[in-house]
Amino acid sequence: MEFIFDLLTPYGITENTFQNMLIAAILGISIYITLYAGLFSLANAGFMATGAYVSVILTTRYEWDFLLAVGAGIIAAGLISAIISVPVLRLSDIYLAIATIGFGEILVVLLRNFDRIYELIVNKEETITGGATGIKGIPVITTTEYLLLYLGIVVFLMVRLHRSRFGRALVAIRQDNKVAANMGINVVYYQNMAFILGAMIAGGAGALHGHLNRIILPENYGFDRAVDILTFAVLGGTTTIIGPIVGGFIIAYLPEILRRTDLVGLLGDIFGTDLGRYQANVRDMTVGMILLGVIVFLPQGIASPAMWRRVANRIWNLFNPAEKSDA
Amino acid sequence: MLELREVTKNYGGLRSLDSVNLHAEAEMITGLIGPNGAGKTTMINCISGLDHPTSGEIIFDGHSIERTPAHRITGYGLARTYQNIRLFNQMSVLENLIVAQHSDGRATLVEALFFLPSHLREYRQQRERAFELLERFHLMNVKDAPAGSLPYGDQRRLEMARALATNPKMILLDEPTAGMNPIETHELGEHILQMKEDGLTILVIEHDMSLISQVCDEVYVLNFGVIIANDTVENIKQNEEVIVAYLGRED
Ligand SMILES: Nc1ncnc2c1ncn2[C@@H]1O[C@H](COP(=O)(O)OP(=O)(O)O)[C@@H](O)[C@H]1O
Ligand SMILES: [Mg+2]
Repeated sequence: MEFIFDLLTPYGITENTFQNMLIAAILGISIYITLYAGLFSLANAGFMATGAYVSVILTTRYEWDFLLAVGAGIIAAGLISAIISVPVLRLSDIYLAIATIGFGEILVVLLRNFDRIYELIVNKEETITGGATGIKGIPVITTTEYLLLYLGIVVFLMVRLHRSRFGRALVAIRQDNKVAANMGINVVYYQNMAFILGAMIAGGAGALHGHLNRIILPENYGFDRAVDILTFAVLGGTTTIIGPIVGGFIIAYLPEILRRTDLVGLLGDIFGTDLGRYQANVRDMTVGMILLGVIVFLPQGIASPAMWRRVANRIWNLFNPAEKSDA
Repeated sequence: MLELREVTKNYGGLRSLDSVNLHAEAEMITGLIGPNGAGKTTMINCISGLDHPTSGEIIFDGHSIERTPAHRITGYGLARTYQNIRLFNQMSVLENLIVAQHSDGRATLVEALFFLPSHLREYRQQRERAFELLERFHLMNVKDAPAGSLPYGDQRRLEMARALATNPKMILLDEPTAGMNPIETHELGEHILQMKEDGLTILVIEHDMSLISQVCDEVYVLNFGVIIANDTVENIKQNEEVIVAYLGRED
């Protein structure tokens, strides 16, 4: 691993930044698969929370083996998604988005008050989720290698999915779910499966993320996170698996770019004040502006192969004026 | 093969189908004509499971299907095309024909993940079947083009090929020649007759009487959701009520 960071640190990509980029890429893929099935779901932050809390509780309270605990986090996220898919996936488009945001918010509230509810039911005081202050003192077990391995597995899964009967059914559903049904595809079943698969991918990302920073808090996995995850996919594009990965990488790297270019300082100079304490707001604003630009000018996302082909063609034609493009 | 008994479909206060009785004989071509808004597409939607009748029974090949989900009806061997072409536009022509063979496939994601031979074999078989259909419907030279980029006539033929790819016993065609010139229409008629020869049962909705005359064994006439006549093509052309309701009016 060391040599990778020797290469990357000059660009401000420390091990920690790189790990955040990998997690963002995995989360991007987790929403990519639901979008792939024509589902606009924002539930994956909640599934990430499920994976994080379940695995962390298992490793810290019950001293489970790390990999077993990650597996349990993945399965827990899958189970919860299977349960909520029944009522939620009857909805479509914006209604599904709203319902899944609701699910995420309920989960955050539940995590904040879990110990109190537990006390009411079992009549015994105990610290399990640690309420609003979260779980502290988590051993840092997740390494860059684990994250790379998990990303590799997830990418392999998606590439194979794309070339399978399952994947073709999802593409058909996304393009026209009525016609897909007339082609013999059980639309509800495949959308449920895509939803559960996305949840499990996010659950695994959560389990790895939970063992990265010594502490987890309910608000790590709230509405902001849900929107962030969507941003990865929209920025990178959802036509290929490369999109959410590139999107995740860019957004997780962005704070570093801002720091290095000292955008905040620059803006401060322009407005004649010190904007230092607005660091986070400047990051959000920049993401917002980039997103706006992407949606308007590159609706297929930054990593759209079709768009890059067009750009390459145009550059090629620029240097070969004799050959007129006949496209 | 297909039987509708007292099928009624209401959309709010509007009655699109009113106690329709219809019988499509196995391995025959049944025509369904009627003016715009008569309820023809509504009928096909109810049969193919995209919609469900308000009351009445639909029996296909021994199965009661009036409440059955669309994908299962396809599994029973019923396929359809659409009045307004509905291809998977971003998929290639070949992919359209492969995805339509979904019901015949068995391969799971797990088989695909581990490159199991069963998965590869199934895919190869589906490709072969797709190539037969490409050949038959003269689409071989556009097989890798996105379906949405094809000229209109090719899209019409691809829709028919895709319906056949589901391996049906019966096929419902909703105005298959809409927008075609007489030569193309006649050629499509030949395709329809070929399907009958292959043992398929066909229900075809049409505006174009020349196609109806070319292919149909029996014709039903629908007007304001009511079947007003059912006879051979020759007799239908003589029927006073039909002439008033439909044939007299050119559109
Ligand atoms: N989904 C729907 N919702 C409401 N009304 C509909 C719907 N589908 C069809 N109709 C109405 O039913 C009637 C029959 O339409 P349709 O079956 O498309 O006729 P045809 O195919 O014979 O031209 C029309 O008045 C149409 O407006
Ligand atoms: Mg119609």
